[in-house]
Amino acid sequence: MSAIHVTGLTKRYGDLVAVDAVSLDVAEGEFVGVLGPNGAGKTTLLEMVEGLRRPDAGGVEVLGEPVWPRNPRLQPRIGVQLQASSFFERLTAREQIRTFASLYGVGQTTADGWLERVGLADKAGSRVEDLSGGQAQRLSIACALVHDPELVFLDEPTAALDPQARRNLWDLLSSINDSGRTVVLTTHYMDEAEVLCDRVAVMDHGRILQFDTPAALVRGLDAPARIRVAPGALTAEQAGAIPGVTETRADVDGVVLVTRDPAAVIGALAAGDHLDGVTVQTGTLEDVFLSLTGREYRA
Amino acid sequence: MKALQHSPFWALSVAILRGFLRDRAAVFFAVVFPLMFLVLFGGILGNQDQSKVDLIQVGAVPLVDGLPKDARAAFRQTFEVEHAKDRAAALEKVRKGDADVAVEQRGDRLVAHYTQTDQVKAAVTQGTLRAFVDGANVAATGQPPTYSFAAERVEDESLSVIQFVTPGLLGWAVAMSAAFGSAATLQGWRQSKLLRRLQLAPVGTGTIVAARVAVTLLVAFGQLAIFLALGAAAFGLTLTGSWWMAIPLVAVGTLCFMAIGLLAGALAKTTEGAVNLANFLVLPMAFLSGSFFPLDGAPAWLQRLSDLLPLKHFNSGMLDVMVRGEGPAAALAPLGILAGFAVVVTLLAARLFRWETT
Ligand SMILES: Nc1ncnc2c1ncn2[C@@H]1O[C@H](COP(=O)(O)OP(=O)(O)O)[C@@H](O)[C@H]1O
Ligand SMILES: [Mg+2]
Repeated sequence: MSAIHVTGLTKRYGDLVAVDAVSLDVAEGEFVGVLGPNGAGKTTLLEMVEGLRRPDAGGVEVLGEPVWPRNPRLQPRIGVQLQASSFFERLTAREQIRTFASLYGVGQTTADGWLERVGLADKAGSRVEDLSGGQAQRLSIACALVHDPELVFLDEPTAALDPQARRNLWDLLSSINDSGRTVVLTTHYMDEAEVLCDRVAVMDHGRILQFDTPAALVRGLDAPARIRVAPGALTAEQAGAIPGVTETRADVDGVVLVTRDPAAVIGALAAGDHLDGVTVQTGTLEDVFLSLTGREYRA
Repeated sequence: MKALQHSPFWALSVAILRGFLRDRAAVFFAVVFPLMFLVLFGGILGNQDQSKVDLIQVGAVPLVDGLPKDARAAFRQTFEVEHAKDRAAALEKVRKGDADVAVEQRGDRLVAHYTQTDQVKAAVTQGTLRAFVDGANVAATGQPPTYSFAAERVEDESLSVIQFVTPGLLGWAVAMSAAFGSAATLQGWRQSKLLRRLQLAPVGTGTIVAARVAVTLLVAFGQLAIFLALGAAAFGLTLTGSWWMAIPLVAVGTLCFMAIGLLAGALAKTTEGAVNLANFLVLPMAFLSGSFFPLDGAPAWLQRLSDLLPLKHFNSGMLDVMVRGEGPAAALAPLGILAGFAVVVTLLAARLFRWETT
């Protein structure tokens, strides 16, 4: 049985088709990312799958159950993080998670355990308004997990965090499905999708353009490799003369060699003893997005 | 009890109550602000009609000292008597305004020294003293007086200030905090998506509404208790017979104004907008419903208009049972009207309600 089974899901707001005939299956235990720029339709898709929003067309089954209308059998089995600020006002972190625990019939010890697990034990007595962005996200995630759901939805859990705080959250996020839990996360960060997800659905203008593992997405690209050589090692002319190099670009950080045969080019560089400080970059999800949409990826 | 304490209803109620008690502005407007009005109206303005004339009695004044018991009590109602030996010092006190009148008796003449600074008190002093002298003259003839005078208070018109303002201000306070509470909760929870989040938890909408209603009722009864306690302890508020009917009145009034707050919350797009709209509905209503001053002197059309306002019926029901000495039945019509308002406005709010602001 798949954890999520979605067929032809569509949502319109007036003339705007926010989600356009999306079909998607997520297996149990998978960690799936929905990647796309702002306005792609990620939140709308997620909310229809959660049963919060009524689709205009199409069907959703979650854990073998229909989600619409509100399905009380499903609620204890799924966990949802909507937005970092979905809190009761003026409660402390501990009061917050204990309140959510009570809503699910979960004891206070379990709730306190989750605070510990997300690294907020020392912030337990702080009001939610006084938490930093990253701490609020952690609390929000803990509140979504407190009843130990089989399936978790996280809507942009790292949005609005600085790069350091984002990376700090990745450990927590990747540990969420250790116990076989299914996780669906939306993000507009390429690197995040690449690092965390088993499979990534690339979304734009309400459509899912591709749904595969990050490696397969990049492999399917057939994008050229970029080899960067340290400044002063080679001139752009010398680099262009190496067999297999299709394009060169020089800047203050050195010279970039674009090639579809990186092995041969690196061999030639080694032969000329120019390997110091060489970096090789193959395709990224950004290239995937570019080739799928014809546009630069801009979150 | 144990089971209740672990129920979603309890958890939500505690969360909402904590949120309220920690919101200084909300507590201020629900409790402190109306109490300031109570102190102002009941304490400061209320003193004006009670304050007595300060009278200094210089030396022996047989006319006053020899008054029969009843007459002496009446005398004491008008005058705060102080005794002095030194005439010059007493006159100096009057001149400075520390006392209103100094009285001495020279043989058969009663002489009063006063200033014209406070004309009302001067007139009261003159009239009252003259009346006592006349009374003494009649008594001296040994004949029963031909004419007699009796004063009887008519309770309704002469409600002292505290008696009148407590029910009205309480009505306003309850209306305000019930309307603001539900308007701000609805909008705030909708904006933060908490409402959505709760929709995904295994709790029914009924439980969420019940918790919010329970907390608002608790706050309203807290307001009732504080008003009655402070009114009675500090300003001499005396409740009449069926004052306990104020309890169901406060309960139904709270529901009615929660509904108005819900309507404001459903109409507005932001939390501030919702609170402002609730304010816009409740504050003028308080003026037109006699929360701050009686409407007896208002033009007839205004009184008709005020009959359309739920707060007017809330206030008049509270006045009737709390201080006018009416029986429990006096609260029935206001209870019915408030309940009707609550139902209609709730249905309207439910129709206009959207889960999200966009
Ligand atoms: N309630 C709504 N009413 C009208 N338009 C909406 C509503 N919610 C979202 N949209 C529009 O639908 C599109 C998809 O939005 P959303 O699902 O929030 O995208 P994402 O989460 O990928 O940023 C956007 O163009 C957005 O403006
Ligand atoms: Mg979104």
